[in-house]
Amino acid sequence: MEFEPVIGLEIHAQLLTDTKIFCGCSAKFGAAPNTHTCPVCLGMPGVLPVLNRKVVEFMIKMALATNCAVNRECNFARKNYFYPDLPKGYQISQYALPPAEHGWVDVEFDGRQKRIGITRIHMEEDAGKLMHDEHNPASYVDLNRTGVPLIEIVSEPDIRSAEEAAAYLRRLHEILVYLEICDGNMEEGSFRCDANISLRPRGTEPFGTRAELKNMNSFRNVQRALEYEIKRQQYVLEGGGQVVQETRLWDDTAGVTHSMRGKEEAHDYRYFPDPDLVPIVIDDAWIEEVRKAQPELPLEKRERFMRAYQIPAYDAGVLTTSRALADYYEEVVRLCGEPKIAANWVMGDILRFLNEEKRDIRECPIAPASLAGMIRLIQEGTINGKMAKEVSEAMYKSGKTPQAIIEEKGLVQITDEGALSETIAEIIGKNPAQVEQYRGGKDKVFGFFVGQAMKATQGKANPQMINDLLKKMLAG
Amino acid sequence: MENIKISQDEVNHVAHLARLEFGEQEKEKFTSQLNDILRYMDKLSEVDTAGVEPMTHAIAQKNAFRMDVVGGSLPPELALANAPESRGGCFQVPKVIE
Amino acid sequence: MELYELTIHELQDKLRTGETSSAEITASVFGRIDAVEKDVHAYITLMRETALAEATRADEAIRKGEIGALTGIPIALKDICCTKGVRTTCGSRILHNFIPPYDATVVEKLRAAGAVLTGKTNMDEFAMGSSTESSFFGATRNPWDLTRIPGGSSGGSSAALAAGECIASLGSDTGGSIRQPAALCGVVGLKPTYGRVSRFGLIAFASSLDQIGPFTKDVEDCAILMNVIAGYDPRESTSVPEEVPDYRQFLGRGIEGWTVGIPKEYFIDGIDPEVEAAVRETIKVVEKAGAKCIEVSLPHTEYCLAVYYIVAPAEACSNLARYDGVKYGFRSEEGRDLMEMYKKSRASGFGAEVKRRIMIGTYALSSGYYDAYYKKASQVRALIKRDFDEAFAKCDVILTPTTPTPAFRIGEKTGDPMQMYLSDIFTISTNLAGIPGISVPCGFTAAGLPIGVQFLAGHFQEGRLIQFASAYEKEAHLEKRRPRCHGI
Repeated sequence: MEFEPVIGLEIHAQLLTDTKIFCGCSAKFGAAPNTHTCPVCLGMPGVLPVLNRKVVEFMIKMALATNCAVNRECNFARKNYFYPDLPKGYQISQYALPPAEHGWVDVEFDGRQKRIGITRIHMEEDAGKLMHDEHNPASYVDLNRTGVPLIEIVSEPDIRSAEEAAAYLRRLHEILVYLEICDGNMEEGSFRCDANISLRPRGTEPFGTRAELKNMNSFRNVQRALEYEIKRQQYVLEGGGQVVQETRLWDDTAGVTHSMRGKEEAHDYRYFPDPDLVPIVIDDAWIEEVRKAQPELPLEKRERFMRAYQIPAYDAGVLTTSRALADYYEEVVRLCGEPKIAANWVMGDILRFLNEEKRDIRECPIAPASLAGMIRLIQEGTINGKMAKEVSEAMYKSGKTPQAIIEEKGLVQITDEGALSETIAEIIGKNPAQVEQYRGGKDKVFGFFVGQAMKATQGKANPQMINDLLKKMLAG
Repeated sequence: MENIKISQDEVNHVAHLARLEFGEQEKEKFTSQLNDILRYMDKLSEVDTAGVEPMTHAIAQKNAFRMDVVGGSLPPELALANAPESRGGCFQVPKVIE
Repeated sequence: MELYELTIHELQDKLRTGETSSAEITASVFGRIDAVEKDVHAYITLMRETALAEATRADEAIRKGEIGALTGIPIALKDICCTKGVRTTCGSRILHNFIPPYDATVVEKLRAAGAVLTGKTNMDEFAMGSSTESSFFGATRNPWDLTRIPGGSSGGSSAALAAGECIASLGSDTGGSIRQPAALCGVVGLKPTYGRVSRFGLIAFASSLDQIGPFTKDVEDCAILMNVIAGYDPRESTSVPEEVPDYRQFLGRGIEGWTVGIPKEYFIDGIDPEVEAAVRETIKVVEKAGAKCIEVSLPHTEYCLAVYYIVAPAEACSNLARYDGVKYGFRSEEGRDLMEMYKKSRASGFGAEVKRRIMIGTYALSSGYYDAYYKKASQVRALIKRDFDEAFAKCDVILTPTTPTPAFRIGEKTGDPMQMYLSDIFTISTNLAGIPGISVPCGFTAAGLPIGVQFLAGHFQEGRLIQFASAYEKEAHLEKRRPRCHGI
């Protein structure tokens, strides 16, 4: 029997607010343990939460970017369970009334496009961090992360393969980062993904029993874990067995998922409306305010780049992988007026330099104006392509302008026709045999003369002029 | 025995959810008291509440926000001052068995 | 008269004229504490040293002419209000050693007004009780009869005030915990409108019902204290940004032409005849003052107790989940792993009544029972609120007994939770509807136990309550009696 996977993803994205969701503590990652805590996020007696307005704003941004309907009214609920990283004994989350629902995003994979439904988006607070002692029977709790705002994005069970899941995940990641509401760092846990997966015989409707996968901290691991789990469930089903509804942890090293069975208990979260928080009413004016400030999203940008700059889809795709890269490219184009050449340079040298050092475009030492300046110098014939390579490398290393580098290195193209004619006459004089061959119809020898001319001018000659002069003078 | 609302097994389950434990005698007494109380609650089923919106707040309000401005965190020694056990700036708990 | 016997406004007159000093008043109060506290046991923690220092500062301020609304007046706080650097226990073993690094908003306000804080008063554990017997720190006794309970949960605050161990005090009221002990101790107690006084730093019992309010010797003092503690607090989402009037302006204005609603459902079987007689007498008194009394109906009254004992425990079981032995408070040493640590800490950190309510609340919210209990109760709550809206369309205030009986004996009801719950039967609806209510002394039983009458008004009508209570107080000419513990 052939099985079809049915996959839904739950994504938790930490929001890039300055403060936590319900108190004024910093939401920054990486501080010393328990230094970003106060009575509110420590869950001390008698303290009360007050909602950070920016969290709602960021949620609306994501809702609009994923075509969700924003509900006029929503509220917070308490999700009750005990764990040392949860200081109040409940997580403030949203339950019955989500703020946004019924959305979708389009993803591409295998050259096809597919629409994945988004069930809901809601806001909640993150839990703290629990660390285990290898040597002592103790665990340690750091509550810095407690109360950092999260949005949870739940997809419909529309995903049918691990690749599709990865493509969806990348799309959401890209949107969140584009909106500048999440830094998208999977290793630090600011972008996390859990998956629900079941198999059903292809062509049938009802869902099979699902497993929930956790602990996948990279795109690659999500894909690998799903691939593994599809095979595992298929094996179970083909052997006449039944898939158990359970939570399974991805083990990156072993490349397998492990059952948490026995270690997790049947949860009864006893959700109820949080009496300490009042309903949130999002009116049209607020939605409009957010919509107006909404940046262009990756897909829109991609299409605009193809249309406005006449560059291929592939180029547009690469150049819009991040908002900063797209901004960089657009600034270069604006300053030099050469979209295609700019695209080649950005996608070529610039990204290569950055990738080699694992740097972000925002850290690129070559200012857009410098790259644009260099492109103009090529277009004007001041430098040739070979020189430009040298210039870009030097610009990346030193951050200097192309003019400064050209002067330093004496990299000005020779465009003096008289001087070049003299050089060429000399070369023709020194190589009678090759001249004979060329004139005898052996066109390939032309390259030899170009090489000789470039060598004689240390590469500074204008290649077009060399070509023209050689043709004319060799013709005799 | 009249109308048992909550059995001892359920009492055990609820106690576990609430992270409480009871001695045998205490449990019996609690089960009987909880049954009395829950039976009293049955009164509510007399009330027709069809279409009535549940009232979860004493005063209907909306949209209480704070601005995203960093305020004061506690010095970590104060954050941990009441902790039964702490180490290395963290709250210490018996090992969580995973 | 000793200084500790006087009211806030009487002492303020003496402070203003220089007739006495805050140091003298404070010394008088602590002298009284030294004399009677061993019998009454109204306090969990005394703040003698800081109080004396505050009194000295108050006297300096008075000399400089900087007189705040409560400068130099000794006030006691229910041990449910967090006090920075001062142990705050909520009457529980689980917080027996908790020292908050913050003040409750009301505490900040009292300090800013120049008050002298005498200490933290005893209470039912986590405010769950009607007799102050469930405190981990032992029961408080009623100063009028030391064999009887002072009411609860704010019994320490009402007893301290009745016994002269403070000049005024703060309590909290979730289902009657200010009004009931006020009635049983013969003092004035006001539960403000929900959202009127900040809950920040008030240790939560049932978040949608809890409200802090004053205990005072008379209605004028109540207005004075309300002027200090009322007001919007941005640290509380449910705080209401409604302007606070000067409550003193409502004093002595009279109630000529007012309509008073007498809900028929509040005069029921089981009400003590002496209590009923005293309350019926107040109806005559307010009529004499020019008010018209009409019968009104609050048809869902009989469901209040059931609603309350679902909603309050449901919120409480969640509010009390933070007491887990991890960050503060009591941790059992017996737990070998985390689960055992949780269960043993909570099982021995909480007393029986608290555990009972955690169990009820957990059950009422648990899977399969939510709709039948929590949701149903929340719907009936809406109907209870609607009853009041309809009644207040016909009257200015509602008049009821505060309690069905006078103070009962210590130990009398501890074995039967339902009987104990019934002592809140007249006060609970107020919290469910979020409206303000005040209990004012209205007489004594033959045995000399105080009786209280309760006045209720619509949301944010504390001014109306103060006006009504002040007119009643004036018209009633109640004899000034002192509790029996006087002079012990």
